[in-house]
Amino acid sequence: MKHAHFDVVVVGGGHAGCDAAHASARVGAKTALVTLKMDGIGVMSCNPAIGGLGKGHLVREIDALDGVMGRVADKAGIQFRLLNRRKGPAVQGPRAQADRAIYRREMLAEMTSFPGLSVIEGEVVDFLMDGAAVCGLILADGSEIRAKSVVLTTGTFLRGIIHIGDQHYSGGRMGDNAANKLGERMDAFNLPLGRLKTGTPPRLDGRTIDWSKLEEQPGDEDPVLFSFLSNDLHAKQVSCGITHTNEKTHQIIRDNLSRSAMYGGHIDGVGPRYCPSIEDKVVRFADKSSHQVFLEPEGLEDHTIYPNGISTSLPAEVQEDYVRSMVGLENVTILQPGYAIEYDYVDPRALDLRLGLRDVPGLFLAGQINGTTGYEEAAAQGLVAGLNAAHQSLGLDPVTFSRSDSYIGVMIDDLTTRGVSEPYRMFTSRAEYRLSLRADNADQRLTPKGLEVGLVGEARKAAFGHKMEELAKGRDLLESRSVSPKVLNENGIKVGEDGKKRSLYQVLAFPDVSVADLVAIEPELADLSTATQEQLQKDALYATYILRQEQDAAALRKDEARGIPSDFDYHALDGLSNELKMKLLSVRPSNLAQAGRIEGMTPAALALILARLNRERRDKSA
Amino acid sequence: MDTIFALASAPGRAGVSVLRISGPGALAALGAFGVSNPVPRETMLRILRDDAGDVLDQALVLYFDGPRSFTGEDVVELHLHGSPAIVTSTLRILGTLPGVRMADAGEFTRRALENGKMDLAQVEGLADLIDSETEAQRRQAQRVFSGKLGSLVQEWRKDLIRAAALLEAVIDFVDEDVPVDVRPEVRNLLEKMDKSLTSQARGAAVAERVRHGFEVAILGAPNAGKSTLLNYLAGRDAAITSAVAGTTRDVIEVRMDLNGLPVTLLDTAGLRETEDEVEAIGISRARERATQADLRLYLLEPGETPQFELDGDDIILAGKADLTGDANGISGETGQGVPQLIERITEVFAKRTAMVATATRERHQHAILRAIQDLTQARAMLDDPRYSEDLIAEELRSAIRALDSLVGIVDVESLLDEIFSSFCIGK
Repeated sequence: MKHAHFDVVVVGGGHAGCDAAHASARVGAKTALVTLKMDGIGVMSCNPAIGGLGKGHLVREIDALDGVMGRVADKAGIQFRLLNRRKGPAVQGPRAQADRAIYRREMLAEMTSFPGLSVIEGEVVDFLMDGAAVCGLILADGSEIRAKSVVLTTGTFLRGIIHIGDQHYSGGRMGDNAANKLGERMDAFNLPLGRLKTGTPPRLDGRTIDWSKLEEQPGDEDPVLFSFLSNDLHAKQVSCGITHTNEKTHQIIRDNLSRSAMYGGHIDGVGPRYCPSIEDKVVRFADKSSHQVFLEPEGLEDHTIYPNGISTSLPAEVQEDYVRSMVGLENVTILQPGYAIEYDYVDPRALDLRLGLRDVPGLFLAGQINGTTGYEEAAAQGLVAGLNAAHQSLGLDPVTFSRSDSYIGVMIDDLTTRGVSEPYRMFTSRAEYRLSLRADNADQRLTPKGLEVGLVGEARKAAFGHKMEELAKGRDLLESRSVSPKVLNENGIKVGEDGKKRSLYQVLAFPDVSVADLVAIEPELADLSTATQEQLQKDALYATYILRQEQDAAALRKDEARGIPSDFDYHALDGLSNELKMKLLSVRPSNLAQAGRIEGMTPAALALILARLNRERRDKSA
Repeated sequence: MDTIFALASAPGRAGVSVLRISGPGALAALGAFGVSNPVPRETMLRILRDDAGDVLDQALVLYFDGPRSFTGEDVVELHLHGSPAIVTSTLRILGTLPGVRMADAGEFTRRALENGKMDLAQVEGLADLIDSETEAQRRQAQRVFSGKLGSLVQEWRKDLIRAAALLEAVIDFVDEDVPVDVRPEVRNLLEKMDKSLTSQARGAAVAERVRHGFEVAILGAPNAGKSTLLNYLAGRDAAITSAVAGTTRDVIEVRMDLNGLPVTLLDTAGLRETEDEVEAIGISRARERATQADLRLYLLEPGETPQFELDGDDIILAGKADLTGDANGISGETGQGVPQLIERITEVFAKRTAMVATATRERHQHAILRAIQDLTQARAMLDDPRYSEDLIAEELRSAIRALDSLVGIVDVESLLDEIFSSFCIGK
């Protein structure tokens, strides 16, 4: 029997697993990534795209911490679009169609080339235990992998069931086995489990689509990439097509509704409201006679087309009927039918802010297993879990993220405080500090933290240092120069004659003023690079709001610094209603800020918790 | 960290009302009343002035510089004369200061605790305190949600969620099947919201008036019979009457009860051009008071047009009906037309009282005023295409936060519910 020893072992080679393993290795932990199959590394099971609103922010944050998703997506990107280009920079999100094959190849290269990171092929069937703590894994071939901590990123593989019409069978993804043995083994931990579902559309053969009839959606002319370190496109750029469902499509679906797995009562899991199946769309929005369908190429060398917007669990022959009712798809061939998948997830309120299970020391969870959906959400969790698993193994302090510093912090707080009622997806509206947490300043927010905790390598450190110097120089120029309304008006910047002097930085916050407009007043500004000028403008635009939010954020950070031990005795708190006690016990907040976000909490109740914390601290020091 | 304030003594009429302000902006807040350079830990008798610079009260002022205060922060205490009017004005002014807001239940305690200002015994007693504070807050919330205000508040909540959801939909679901331009609908919702909030805020002002009484100014040319009428109404010689025009040079007030409503009648100097300096002062004062009064009664001379701009409910009557014989006129000599006048005045005021809903608690008043400020800003941005939806949404969020004591917490899930039920999202 083979034995191996690692600091951290990561189970699963999807998006969560890859960024988890890489993060762990980056901070210096000897790390293993265990995957069912080598070619399962970096697979995009759902649509061939990375980024979007909120999601693009997450990719930038992962990149700011030197994670892999952003730079791999840049290499695989075959169509880049910056969403909300015409709105404020806070809500602009980079997005790319990715070539599946390039993505997998590049991700595999990242995993196999990083020192201290080993990829192992095998099926995990059991945990090695040391009392209540996990200390390694057993593979199907009987070999053992010992590790100080384990990160589980099993996606939809835990008791996964695939549904097509009234057919259903066990599976983790089309063509892959579910991880049932591991599921049974997990039962022993008595974790709170729930069931979710998600769906995919049929995959189409692009060679059988009449593209000449279809509207074309090209990428941006000046593509915005994900990684702060990327400069150029790698792959050839292509367009997507757009077609629409019509009355005939809807009629076919209505006629066959009872044959859909979802409508036939075969599925118990809850699906995401923002990603409804075409059956749902036709039923819930009966008055709409048409829905748009994006035809997304899966790769340059691949003729598979992903029709985004028509996920389904109807029988295969009905799928063929309704797909062929659409313009341009009259003669299309389906390469793989759409299906719904149901799977187990662990109620994320069982996790702490490191994504470690509170009741199973040594075990971390990341990705869909925590009730989320999306590659980006998975990768971001992977990074946090991998980083903390490594820190635990190396005897270093936990690293947590705050709602005030990142979307990563928003997501982890949402998950661990509120749990999920449907697959959790990031939206910019989830971030109350949205104007500060921008995709464009992810590096300013997080790279310093990444450097501090050992996640960021030399190349990024140098590039970031240079960028910050430039920004500081520019900001200094802008802030040190104050001008009167008269001077501004003389230079073509309209402002009321209120006699108030303003710094050029304040002037830059006017919605229609750019650095170029200020060069006449301060010629040295012309020496700044375009990138620096643009960044200064984005920083200045929200300056007043950010100042306002900074007060709230400071109060938040103060409360976040007040840790609550996970064994805190809420029953001993007099004056707290039973209802609140129950809520606190189910969430077991990690700190006072998190406690404050529990529904129904009042400042008074927080004061009570605080009093108890203070007393315990005093008792201990006495 | 916000600066917080609250009444530390029981609300209502009392000999002295104590108002506490705690936080980094406590000194600045004191400055807003025209009091500067207070000496720490010394009792000072100071004049407080309102935002217009008028004298509000002569109050005892105490200042404790942090951390040597009961919360550990800078604390100011104002010991005001117990008039509800003074207390209300003081609270109102505090609520308009940036970074200053009314404290939530338990908030002073919490700050004291955080700054290590409570000993173990005090901590033990905390539970009872919190119980009672929470109970008070619960009762207050119940009052809001029952009755007329309840349905109004539900409407506000619905409109706020809809407006915010529309803005968020065009931000977060671009590329999806959502309207391209939601600004017209958002604009309509916010306008409606603003109107409703403003009338509610005015309503609260009326409630205040009810406590202190309404003011009716009697106006007219000199010798139009104003003082005679006042004396008749008051049933005593409150104003000196004589046949000499221009007798009433200052404003004379008579408080009385009209059909159960507390009303203050103001007798004013007759309005005319004059060379007499003292009379001129009287006339300008008459105009000023008449403008501020809740209602104006103008006694008209035959053939005269009113020398004062009057509002909708204001009353114009022909005076000295005993002399002119005008059957529709009024006379303070004979009492002709007086019962009709009293009926008309009480009718006007009864109507205004009915307009007042129950949102009279200062907390709500503050919340509403803050929200109006934010909504005004949001509406201005809606009309200016240079402002993107993210900034408008931020102002709206701020308004929603201000109102959460009234409409309940509106979080992202409330918005997502609205978005997913209105629009077919999902590419």
